[in-house]
Amino acid sequence: MRIEADREVCTGAGNCVTIAPDVCDQEEGVGLVQVLTQQPLGTVQQGRVWRAAFACPSGAMTITE
Amino acid sequence: MRTPEGVDIPAYPFPRPIGELISPPDASGYPVVSRVLLPTGQTAWLVTGYEAVRQLLRSPAFSSCVFAPGFPRFHGRVALPTSPTGFMVGMDPPGHTHLRRILIPGFTIKTMRQFEPSIREIMVGALDAMRAAGQPADLINEFALPAPSMVISRLLGVPYEDHDFFQSRSRVIVDRSFSPEQRGDASQAVHDYLADLVARKQSEGESHDLIGRLAIDRVAAGELTTEEVVGVALMLFMGGHETTANMIGLSTLVLLRYPELRERLRQRPALVDNLVEELLRYVTILRTGVPRLATADVEIGGQLIRAGEGAIAMTSAANRDLAVYSDPDQFDVDREPHPHLAFGFGVHQCIAQPLARIEIRVALTELIQRFPALALAEEVCDADAWDDAVVYGLRRMMVRW
Repeated sequence: MRIEADREVCTGAGNCVTIAPDVCDQEEGVGLVQVLTQQPLGTVQQGRVWRAAFACPSGAMTITE
Repeated sequence: MRTPEGVDIPAYPFPRPIGELISPPDASGYPVVSRVLLPTGQTAWLVTGYEAVRQLLRSPAFSSCVFAPGFPRFHGRVALPTSPTGFMVGMDPPGHTHLRRILIPGFTIKTMRQFEPSIREIMVGALDAMRAAGQPADLINEFALPAPSMVISRLLGVPYEDHDFFQSRSRVIVDRSFSPEQRGDASQAVHDYLADLVARKQSEGESHDLIGRLAIDRVAAGELTTEEVVGVALMLFMGGHETTANMIGLSTLVLLRYPELRERLRQRPALVDNLVEELLRYVTILRTGVPRLATADVEIGGQLIRAGEGAIAMTSAANRDLAVYSDPDQFDVDREPHPHLAFGFGVHQCIAQPLARIEIRVALTELIQRFPALALAEEVCDADAWDDAVVYGLRRMMVRW
C-alpha cells in the first residue's frame, strides 16, 4: 500500500488524523497533512487508511495497492 | 407550490414534522437530485443522496460566494455586515484557500487537545452554576448555550465581561424570526465590536489568543489585513457558538430518551467517541443544507446542472441515505463507523470540527457523570423547537436531577 497526501489539496480538517492517527498527522505550525509511515500496515490499519482517504473532504489522499 | 412558469415543484426547506424534535425532515421519498422552490422564488436542485452530496460539495464547478447574483437564498437579504471581508465560508479559492491556510494551525487535532483542559474547566463551571441556581433548570439557557459561548470567547480572546453582549446579538443573527434588517444590524454590531477588539489588541501588542495572533503576527507579516482579521473573527464566533450549543441540547435529549445508553456510557466511557459521531449523523443540525451556485455545466448524481443554476446539498438527508446506512432512522451507537456529512464536505468542511467534537464529548461526559439522575422536568414540545434558527436546536428544555 502506497499512501500519498497532496498538501496543495489538503484543507486541514483533520479527519485523517482522527481516523488513522498512526499513519496521518498534521505538520506542527502548518496543520497540513503528513504521512508518517510507508511501512507495511496490518489489516486493521489498512482499513483505517482507506477510511481516512474516503473521509478526506478535499480528496487529498491517494492510495495505491 | 408553483414556479412563476406554472410548474409544480416542492417547496424547500421542508418543514419540521409536528412532534418530531430530534430527527431532520424526512427526504427519503425524494430523488437523488430534484427541483425545489425556495422562499425567495428561486428554484434550485436539491441533492439528497450521500454520494451525490459528496460529489457536489467537492466539485470545483460550484461557487460558495453568497453575494453572487443567482446564488440560492432562503431570504432576500444576507444577514451579514456590509463588507464581509474575511468571511471565508462565503468565498471561493484562491481567496478561501489563503485564509483557510492561515487558520488551519489554530484548529488542528493537537492544538485542540491542548485546549481540552480549558474546555473541561468551562463545561464543569457551567454545570456547577446550573446546579447552584437550583432545579428545575433550563438546560439550554443554563448550560448548552453559555458553555460553548465561553469556550469560543476564550479561544478567540474575547473578554468574558462582553459575553452577554455577544450572546444576545448572536441569537438575533441566527434567528430567522427577526427581520433581515434586525439580523443585519446585530451582525454589524458584533462586527464593529470585533473591529474595536482587534484594534485594541494591536495597540496593546498582546498575542496570547487566536484574534491576537492573527491581528498582530499575521497582519505584521502582510498575510492578512486588519479588516480580514475582523471578518475571520466574526465567522469563527458565529460558527462556533450556536452550532455546538444546539448539538449539546439535542444530544442531551437523545440521552434522556435512551436511559440504557447512559448506563452503557458509565460502564464503558470509550463508547463516547462513537456516540458523538452517531449524534452528529442522526441529528444533523444544519437543516437547510449547504447552498452552492454552479459556475460551469456539471453532472451531479446523474443530473446535468447548468452554469448559473443553484444546488443545495441536503447533508441531513445524505446522513440517512439507505444506500450507505442500514436502518438509517435508528439511533445506533454500535453502528460501523462511516464518515457522516454533518460538518459538510469539500474544502469548506468545518475547520473547527476537532473543537466541536471535544466540546460535545466533554459536555455529555461531564453531564452524565455529574447528574446521574438527570431527567426532563417537563416534556419537550413543538413550542420548544427553534425552527427559525439557521441551525436547528431547542429553545428550552427543563430538567431536574
